[in-house]
Amino acid sequence: MSTTSEIAMNDSQKSVSPESATKPIIEIIGMHKWYGDFHVLSEINLQVMPKEKIVICGPSGSGKSTLIRCINRLEEHQRGQIIVNGTELSNDIKNIEKVRAEVGMVFQHFNLFPHLTIIDNLTLGPIWVRKTPKKEAEEAAMMYLEKVQIPEQAKKFPGQLSGGQQQRVAIARSLCMNPQVMLFDEPTSALDPEMIKEVLDVMIGLADEGMTMLVVTHEMGFAKSVADRVMFMDDGEIVEQNSPDAFFDNPQHERTKLFLSQIL
Amino acid sequence: MTEATTAKRAQLQPPSSNVGVVGWLKTNLFSTWYNSLLTFILLGMLALTLPPVFQWAFIDSLWNSSAEACRNIEGACWSVVPHNFRFIILGFFPEGQEWRPILAMVLLLGLVIYSKERSRWKKSLAWLWLINLIVMGTLMSGGVLGMPVVETSQWSGLPLTLILSFFGMVVAYPMGIFLALGRRSKMPAIKTLCVVYIEMIRGVPLISLLFMSSIMFPLFLPEGVTIDKVLRALVAIILFTAAYIAEVVRGGLQAMPRGQYEAADSLGLNYYQTMRLIILPQALKIVIPPSVGILLSVFKDTSLVVIIALFDVLKTTMVTLSNPDWAGYSKEAYIFLALLYFVFCYAMSSYSRRLEKELHTGH
Repeated sequence: MSTTSEIAMNDSQKSVSPESATKPIIEIIGMHKWYGDFHVLSEINLQVMPKEKIVICGPSGSGKSTLIRCINRLEEHQRGQIIVNGTELSNDIKNIEKVRAEVGMVFQHFNLFPHLTIIDNLTLGPIWVRKTPKKEAEEAAMMYLEKVQIPEQAKKFPGQLSGGQQQRVAIARSLCMNPQVMLFDEPTSALDPEMIKEVLDVMIGLADEGMTMLVVTHEMGFAKSVADRVMFMDDGEIVEQNSPDAFFDNPQHERTKLFLSQIL
Repeated sequence: MTEATTAKRAQLQPPSSNVGVVGWLKTNLFSTWYNSLLTFILLGMLALTLPPVFQWAFIDSLWNSSAEACRNIEGACWSVVPHNFRFIILGFFPEGQEWRPILAMVLLLGLVIYSKERSRWKKSLAWLWLINLIVMGTLMSGGVLGMPVVETSQWSGLPLTLILSFFGMVVAYPMGIFLALGRRSKMPAIKTLCVVYIEMIRGVPLISLLFMSSIMFPLFLPEGVTIDKVLRALVAIILFTAAYIAEVVRGGLQAMPRGQYEAADSLGLNYYQTMRLIILPQALKIVIPPSVGILLSVFKDTSLVVIIALFDVLKTTMVTLSNPDWAGYSKEAYIFLALLYFVFCYAMSSYSRRLEKELHTGH
């Protein structure tokens, strides 16, 4: 039932209340995860403050996607705690659904619903999860479509859009749920080079508005200009994290140096 | 950018040898010497076989004569159909009450045709169906409004075929969906139950199920309790069809990319919403062709109820042919019957093709 005016209010409340500013919105304590016998994530500790933008990078197979997928329980963790917005993730399906509604996620392959029009893709969550009246949901959806600059595509189907447009729709779909946090799982990796910029621009705009963001990406330019903190993961561990300047100019760890030398 | 370049570039016509009638003939019938040879051989065979068939069916044939008149002709005696039309179509339904099954069939087929348009799929249509089913049931059984009671044992011919196949499909389809979802369930009890059910039913022929429903099942009922024979046959058909539908639907569910589940999950949709809004609409669309295949076989397999002494439209035709007057004209009667089945089956398959096209959203 949250309208745009309410979001604005929430935002301003957050910024004035010192309590919420000091309390992390995501807290991961001593978390481990296994796929069968394979130990994918080991002793993960992470605190994310409201409005913080974190970029996670690392070689493929390092567990960075798995980490952010644990935050909305697309993956289960076996040890430790994950607390999102005051709710601890466990097997309780009600808690999981509550967290998922508060955490938006953007996937590498967009994962739009191909049988629904763009506008229906956007209003599905608000109507069925938030119980927003249809008309209100559609108005909000149009607003977000304008924000990602494709309102004219509202009546089309995902299959008729370019990759970049689809990914912007996917971002708008997540925003329609008024999430507290947005997770991005390699949002530009499946895009043609000329479409990467349009998606990054939308993400930069979102960051400027104060959205809490966790972004798994190889776009180091984005990391430098937007991130508050850059995290490097390798072999299921958080190896190093620092402000972008310090991270790129003065990496501490050998593995980080090697990784940066390979991609920059 | 591509549009701009193509607009500037001159558009050439395709080579003339590839278009038009001549082009078509050249590519399809006479592309090589052996294709040309095949074309001529087939043309020759058609020239040999078609004229006699045409002569038999249309020129030397009688369309509405007595059985005696047919004895003296070389051609087809189509008269077998109009002369016995009432019995073939309606079977043992009591004399003088013919309007009731006819009206019931018209209502059923009319509403099926009305329901074709997806824009009409609303709640009101469901109510319309419910009312229609009650009216149809009343028409068939009677007992009210001065209509004499007609036992289901007298239901026969085309109405029986339509009732068995229509209800067979309509009840079995949702049941099959639930079985498919159950088979993919994470709950071991439900999963096992569904797997056992599906594999058991698929392991036996429909005939054995029909026998069981008509001969074995009554033995288990307490003294004095009987369940209607048509209903028992219908249940057997439904149970049988549902198992097959379940496997087809499961194929569709497995074709769904994991990303669709994840996207639905990440929005906070629950299991029921995910299935109803995201997964099933796409999965069922994928399995339209094999589903229609199953529905067509259900329609045709209803003729197996003859073995438990129900008189569907095939059996009424056979009864007609057991009359010595018409006994020699089974060819004609079966050709008519084949056409009748074909009309229904073709309507179903062409509707499914249309539905597929309508549901295509360019992905």
